[in-house]
Amino acid sequence: MNSNTLWLIGRRLGAAIVTLLIVSMVVFAITAVLPGDAAQQSLGQFATPEQVAALRLKLGLDQPGVVRYLHWLMNLLSGDMGQSVSNAMPVGELMAGRVPNTLMLAAATALVSVPVALLLGIGSAMGRGGRVDSFLSFVTLAMVAVPEFLVATLAVLIFAVNLGWLSALSYASDITSPWQFMRTYALPVMTLCCVIVAQMARMTRAAVIDQLDSPYVEMARLKGVSPMRIVLRHALPNAIGPIANAIALSLSYLLGGVVIVETIFNYPGIASLMVDAVTNRDMALVQACTMLFCTAYLGLVLIADLCAILSNPRLRNQ
Amino acid sequence: MSELIRVEDLRVVACGERGETEIVKGVSFALEKGEVLALIGESGSGKTTIALALLGYARRGCRLSGGVVQVGEHNMLALSEQQLQSLRGNRVSYIAQSAAAAFNPAKKLIDQVVEGALIHGLGTRVALEAKAIELFRDLALPDPDHIGQRYPHQVSGGQLQRVMAAMALISDPLLVVLDEPTTALDVTTQIDVLRAFKRVVRERGATAVYVSHDLAVVAQMADQIVVLNGGQIFEQSATAPLLKGPSHEYTRSLLAAARPDTTIRPPCGIAEETPLLTIQGLTAGYGNKNTQGMPAIRVLEDIDLTVRRGQAIGVIGESGSGKSTLARVVAGLLTPALGGLTFDGQPLGGSLCERTDEQFRRIQMVFQNADTALNPMHSISTILSRPLKMYFGLKGAALRERIGELLDLVRLPRSLAERRPSELSGGQKQRVNLARALAAKPDLILCDEVTSALDTVVGAAILELLRDLRQQLGVSYLFISHDISTVRALCDDIVVMYSGHKIQAGSRQSFAQAPFHPYTDLLIHSVPELRQGWLENCGTTCGELPPIGPKANVAELCTFLGRCPVRVDGLCNRTAPSRRVIDGGSEILCHHDSAELRKTQQDLITLNQGAYA
Repeated sequence: MNSNTLWLIGRRLGAAIVTLLIVSMVVFAITAVLPGDAAQQSLGQFATPEQVAALRLKLGLDQPGVVRYLHWLMNLLSGDMGQSVSNAMPVGELMAGRVPNTLMLAAATALVSVPVALLLGIGSAMGRGGRVDSFLSFVTLAMVAVPEFLVATLAVLIFAVNLGWLSALSYASDITSPWQFMRTYALPVMTLCCVIVAQMARMTRAAVIDQLDSPYVEMARLKGVSPMRIVLRHALPNAIGPIANAIALSLSYLLGGVVIVETIFNYPGIASLMVDAVTNRDMALVQACTMLFCTAYLGLVLIADLCAILSNPRLRNQ
Repeated sequence: MSELIRVEDLRVVACGERGETEIVKGVSFALEKGEVLALIGESGSGKTTIALALLGYARRGCRLSGGVVQVGEHNMLALSEQQLQSLRGNRVSYIAQSAAAAFNPAKKLIDQVVEGALIHGLGTRVALEAKAIELFRDLALPDPDHIGQRYPHQVSGGQLQRVMAAMALISDPLLVVLDEPTTALDVTTQIDVLRAFKRVVRERGATAVYVSHDLAVVAQMADQIVVLNGGQIFEQSATAPLLKGPSHEYTRSLLAAARPDTTIRPPCGIAEETPLLTIQGLTAGYGNKNTQGMPAIRVLEDIDLTVRRGQAIGVIGESGSGKSTLARVVAGLLTPALGGLTFDGQPLGGSLCERTDEQFRRIQMVFQNADTALNPMHSISTILSRPLKMYFGLKGAALRERIGELLDLVRLPRSLAERRPSELSGGQKQRVNLARALAAKPDLILCDEVTSALDTVVGAAILELLRDLRQQLGVSYLFISHDISTVRALCDDIVVMYSGHKIQAGSRQSFAQAPFHPYTDLLIHSVPELRQGWLENCGTTCGELPPIGPKANVAELCTFLGRCPVRVDGLCNRTAPSRRVIDGGSEILCHHDSAELRKTQQDLITLNQGAYA
């Protein structure tokens, strides 16, 4: 670790902040041009034009877009995400009730899926072209191809309805013991794992195979290094960059893209909150959720980039 | 049985879509302890496959299908994978072609050097690291105590190759297999690496198999030579008799092609007096430009060059000397920072959009690697028809006729027109590449290392073709190469580049007799000659350079200062060198005059082919 590395990391961080700023503009612009007016929406269809105008004035909707944007951005930076119109609650409070749930589900899924994916990916790379590889390829491809609502529905049908082992619904609030935690999270975690393990395993396999084909791996074999050691000590350190990126992409999906799973298991996460916000034209909430997803996504990609930089001596000691 | 290595009727098959094809067809040879045997042949001759078989290893898609490979008491083909693992890097070790690719970029050199020996339990880490440092010192690596702490990208190619030799020798193996260990290096680096290899191999009494395509290199290293072609042995004998009187026709052609300047000479009387391309005060480089418009990394500094109509100018220098950048500037791919180009009396724009279609047509480029320069999805006729349609608007029968003529011109059968590049051999592809450039009827062809990726025999044929085309069409060449003998075979005038400067320019003849610029002297005497003992006796040494004081802060100091064997303290490190004309008519960039240079320099002896044929 030296000043060059810090400079490189600093640059990445700066780029992430600039991206976030641009995203905030885009998010604001898009929500501004969406059909439907927050004042109209909250007052209902039978409001008089005077009432609407008065509310517009109160909400500041009559001001120019740039002013509203800056106002919104300042508030956002000071932690005030505005007022949810449809719920008549501060957005911050609404999200605070949901974010821990989403994080818990994401963490549980990551904890299960990442090691499984790495094992599957490395395993099939080592036995490339063999039976294990073909079998794993078939399974992972099948998992990618089956839509998650089908996996979720089948899982509920088998484990909750037929076998009766697990509850079909996951209420995150009433957990008191590890056993209950297992019962609550088993089905959604399993469903989500089916979706993302396949992606990560395939990317890991490709990244490791790419390294296994390189001349230095042949050299290691000709030095008498065992296949296991070749993969773990030689190929894997060079494959960290692409693997970390594949994991980051998959995990970012867990934070915002799990609407279907949340809906099927009636899990109170952030994705379903956002969907509700869109149907209610609750712009403040939509904006806040979108910014949260983008921040999480950029954060994950940044971490993946840092892994890639730190694992590569060429970048580390430029 | 006195021999240490015995290979008998070795067969290797490649498993393709159409079943198995034999790529090594019953090869047998033997080798005694302490001997060096060379496997020589072109690409596809099976030499690397045989070398790898000595370690009981076959690449993906290949299978060792039969025969005996006896190394000491082990038959490598009868052992299990575990048994082989315990022998590789222990009793038999391997030095790969490209050290830059064969080292793991994420691990320190020392860890990789001792890894094999550590796995085989040949000592403790501390003892092995001490032994590695001793080997680094034997191999004349700089800073042997600490070089192991570096990562591969922090060490130059020639040094990496020597580190790899240390990695191979650390286990005191019975047999070392060297697979083209110097092919990727510059000649001036190659000579140091060869010396280091030779000394270490001799001192440690190692038995070695040396794989190469270069007979001159092999002549320095080997006691026995096996000539391979198409997976079969064509000739096998001790080095001296093979060089003096090769019995097989194929060996004779290899010998003849090794030094093309002994058999091919540039045609006389083609060059006219009128200048075609004039380059003046050219400075160019890459990276962000500063306020004065100068790029961050300057690759070319103040280059002057004139190519006359019908003339062939050769540009030589080692990698990083800026020779390819020069071609890119002339082609318009890189905009110069300073200086101007004039083509046939008209100013030539620095960037592509400033040039006229006619200027595009008249300057054509032929790239080094025909594999990547030709679109693999297009047939040969499509590739050739594009310039014909674009510049001449040819259609139908006229187009087909012209394509046929072009194929005749580069001596390819017309029946190849509908094939794709992947169906042609390397030499054929390079001919198509050339025909594509000729289709535009250019006045100037920029040839960037056009024979470097080819086997020697094929490359020599391309050189002959280039010479005949020049005679026939009166076209001019700017011929870029790292190989002096290739340039001497084709070009009237030669320009030597070193780190972006033109350090010597003169006629072809002036490069045969001293005096030279000190770098030119190093360069031309570093090219291995086809005789045994050259390596020991050749003039260029890697000995001590004259000591100099600190460098003055003058921008234009000689760039060769750090390596120059005749540098003068107080002069070379204080003032910028000037251009001067020396005996023989060359212009050099140096402080020394002819008399001083001649004191330390020898003429270039170019033996005739008759000496061995």
